[in-house]
Order: sequence, then structure tokens, then C-alpha cells
Amino acid sequence: MNTSEFHSAGGDSSGHAGRPRTPGALVQALEVLGRSVLGALETLGGVATLGWQVARWAVRRPYRVQNLFAQLDFVGVGSTFIVGLTGLFSGMVFAHQSSRAFEMFDAESLVGPTVALVLTRELAPVFSALMVTMRAGSAMCTELGTMRVTEQVDALETMAVNPIQYLLVPRVIAGLVMVPLLTMVFNAAGITGAYAVAVLGKGVSAGTFISRTQQWVDPEDLFESLIKGAVFGLAVSLIACFKGYYASGGAKGVGQATTEAMVASALAIVVLDYLVGVLLH
Amino acid sequence: MIQVRGLHKSFGSQHVLTGIDLDIEEGTTCVILGGSGSGKTVLMKHMIGLLKPDRGEVLVDGEDIVPMGPEELERVRRKFGMVFQAAALFDSMSVYENVAFPLREHRRISEAESREIVRQKLEIVGLRNVEEKFPADLSGGMRKRVGLARAIVLEPKIVLYDEPTTGLDPITTDYVDEMILDAKRKLRVTSVVISHDVASAFKVADKIAFLSQGRIVQQGPPSELRRSEHPAVKLFLQTWFGKM
Repeated sequence: MNTSEFHSAGGDSSGHAGRPRTPGALVQALEVLGRSVLGALETLGGVATLGWQVARWAVRRPYRVQNLFAQLDFVGVGSTFIVGLTGLFSGMVFAHQSSRAFEMFDAESLVGPTVALVLTRELAPVFSALMVTMRAGSAMCTELGTMRVTEQVDALETMAVNPIQYLLVPRVIAGLVMVPLLTMVFNAAGITGAYAVAVLGKGVSAGTFISRTQQWVDPEDLFESLIKGAVFGLAVSLIACFKGYYASGGAKGVGQATTEAMVASALAIVVLDYLVGVLLH
Repeated sequence: MIQVRGLHKSFGSQHVLTGIDLDIEEGTTCVILGGSGSGKTVLMKHMIGLLKPDRGEVLVDGEDIVPMGPEELERVRRKFGMVFQAAALFDSMSVYENVAFPLREHRRISEAESREIVRQKLEIVGLRNVEEKFPADLSGGMRKRVGLARAIVLEPKIVLYDEPTTGLDPITTDYVDEMILDAKRKLRVTSVVISHDVASAFKVADKIAFLSQGRIVQQGPPSELRRSEHPAVKLFLQTWFGKM
């Protein structure tokens, strides 16, 4: 009996009865999908529970004013330049592309209002929140995760200081307050960029650009910007805090938590953008 | 002072504590001795309410802290100071800010008073002129001493030490042992020390509780433990006394 015959014989005699059946590709795909959905629901539940705890501790003394201002400065002031720059170039590129299309219909005067509407309703809150997620959310998650794995969070608790009140409340409030304000910075920078491209580059008259923009953009559009900014700011700061606060497994765990926080925040922004948009209209 | 009754704790399918009973008297130093992964730190975290047991009681001054919510636990935790294995100093704060942190949180005192108290506590642990340094600038032993200064700054009734001599050289280990004895002598604190360091345990303990497989298999004064016939205790102590 050669080797192949031996294996073949062994397989025939015991294979069907003893070997566990491997599930089919469809079952495996469903298992992966199920695990992903359960994981997402677990995170959602965790974030909601943490949000409730943050709200509860936010209204209790002592108020951490110094920590709050430090976070307002970090999240808001520290992000102003990058958000402004992103807004400026977004407005410029959008004005450039839309003016190419409007030129075909001799309707360049619509560049201003088109850019302003797209910015205020969609781009400004989404891009501002994404920039804050990348710049401040990642730092929040990493800092909290490092504090967790080096027992600094436990140390706070042993010193009778509530870590949610001390660490998370200022960060979440900073996200809630500063992202809408940054959205306004994005709007202003974006419309300025669009003005520069349309008026200085494409020859649209300044008066037409301004009057058409004023005519089309309503206060409700700016309100939508603010509301979306606040919702996104709350969501991304809560997600970053949740992932960091419950991080485990040393440096690798903190890195993984930060990656998960970034992915979950970006997804939350686009999903919430749709939901808030539907609710407001 | 601290009484642990029938404490059980599991993490998933892993049973870490399987019925702990332990009494720690006021003003004494109790060392909980055991190998790595025996559940020592888990037991200590239950004493200060950082973990909730699956069942059992933890009484601090006669109050069961297990059913307590965060607000009540904060009140009980003011009786405690804790020195963490890796010190757990806030790395964004200077040594002074770290040690002054509990004072700023729980006492209304002037900056000058705070500076003076911090200076005194740092002196107790043998540190001078380090107030403006950051944890990253300190050695492991110095960090542990700053951790102790922070733990005793509010003059708590109980100090918990999590593996205070792990990873230290023999001279620094000896210094940390003296520091624990000094804290007991000068501040009259009740100390609970988690350790697997037999030499340190026999030096600082009034009582040693030996933890093995989630249970305290033997407890008593060091001399009594030295004579123990329990196989796990004998084997563990042989690693040190066998060499002498």
C-alpha cells in the first residue's frame, strides 16, 4: 500500500463519522454578518449607556470648569486652523467644479448659492466633524485608553474622584459645543473660498455672488449646520470616550480601540447625517 | 477594619476567587502572599470597590461596600490610599500636582498649605526637590515613592499596596519595605500589601494570608506561616527559605 492509498483508506473508514462538518460558505458569511451586527449593537448600547452616565454626572457638583476650558481649547481652538483650511479649499474646489458646469448654461451667478447651500446643509457639519474626529477624537481615545491600561483611571476612583465626571464630561461637552462652532468656521471659510474662485477667478460679479447667496441661503440652512454639528460633535466625542475609557490589552489594545473609534465615528457621522437630514425636512 | 466574607469572583469561565474569608485588624499590616495569577490584585480591587464580586461581602468599618453605588463608594474610598504596582501617576502632571491632587479634590486649603503638606509627605518617603519633575523623569523606585506620598497625603486610615517591590533592585526593595513600616509607625495606618516577594512579606507583615487557587489556604503571623504544613505554602516558601 503506498502513502496515498493509506490516507485514502483512513479517510474512507473514519472521515464521515468522526470529522466535524465544516459549515458552508453561506453559513459562514451569515455568522460573520451576525457577529458584526451584534458587535455594532453592543457598541451602540454601550455608547448610549455612557451618554446617560455623562449626562447624569454633568449636572452634579463639583463642576470641572478648568478641565472643561482645557477641552474647549483643545477640541475647538486647536481645530480652528485645520477646519478653516479644509473649509477654504472645499469651497474653492466646489466653486471651481460647479462653475464649469454652470458655464454651459450661462448660469455662473448660481455658483455662490449652490456652494453656500451645499456647505451649510451637508459639507460643513460632516467635514468639520470628520476633522475633529481625526484630530481630537483620536487623541481623546488614545489618552483615555492609555490612562485606563496604566491604571490612572483606577487611581482616580481610589482617590474618590469619579472618572466619568472628571475625564469624560468635559470632553463630551467640548465636542457638543465646539463642533457646531467649527461648522460655522467651515461655512465662513468655504464661502470665502468660493467667492475667491468665482469672483476673482471666473469673473462673476461680487454683487451678484453676494446677493444671490443671500437670496437662496436661509437662516434655517445655518440652523441645520448647527444642529448637525452638535449631533455629530456629541456622537464622535462619546464614541471616542467610550472606546478609550473601556480599552484593555496594553499598547495594542489602545491602538485597536483608537482604530475602532475612528471607523465608528466616521460611520456614525454619515448615518446621522442622513437621519438628521430626514428629521429636519 | 476590613472583613471579607465568602467572596467569589469569576471572569467568564475563569473562577478567580472561590470563597475568600479574611479579617484585617486596625493598625496592622496584612500581606496577601501568592503566586502570579492567584487573584491577589482582584482581591485588593474588591476591598476598595473597584470590582464587584459575584457573591460575598466586603465590610469596611462594619459597612458592606458591595451593594454601594458610586456616591456611597466615594465616601468610603476617602478612608483609603492606594499605591499601584506601576505607581499610576498622572503623566500629564508634575510630581507636586500628582501628590497635591487628592488635597485639591477633597480639602479647601491655600496653595501655600498644599505646598507644605506635599513637601512633608515627599520627605516621609525620602524625596526632596522633585516637585517640579514629571513622572517620566523618575526611576521606578522614585515613582513608587511618589505614589505612596500621594496615597498618604490625606492621611487615610487604610493604605493598599499592589506589588510594591515588584521589578525593583534589592536596595530599592529594602527602601520600599522601610517606607511601608514607616508609614505604619508614623501614620498608624492599616496596611494591606499584595506581594509575591517572600522576604518583603516576612519583613513588613503582622499577618500573612496565603492565596492559592482563589482561596486563602493559610493565614496568621509570619512565624505561624513559616511552620505551615500546607503543600502550596511549603512549596512557595521553599523558593526563598530553601536557599538560606
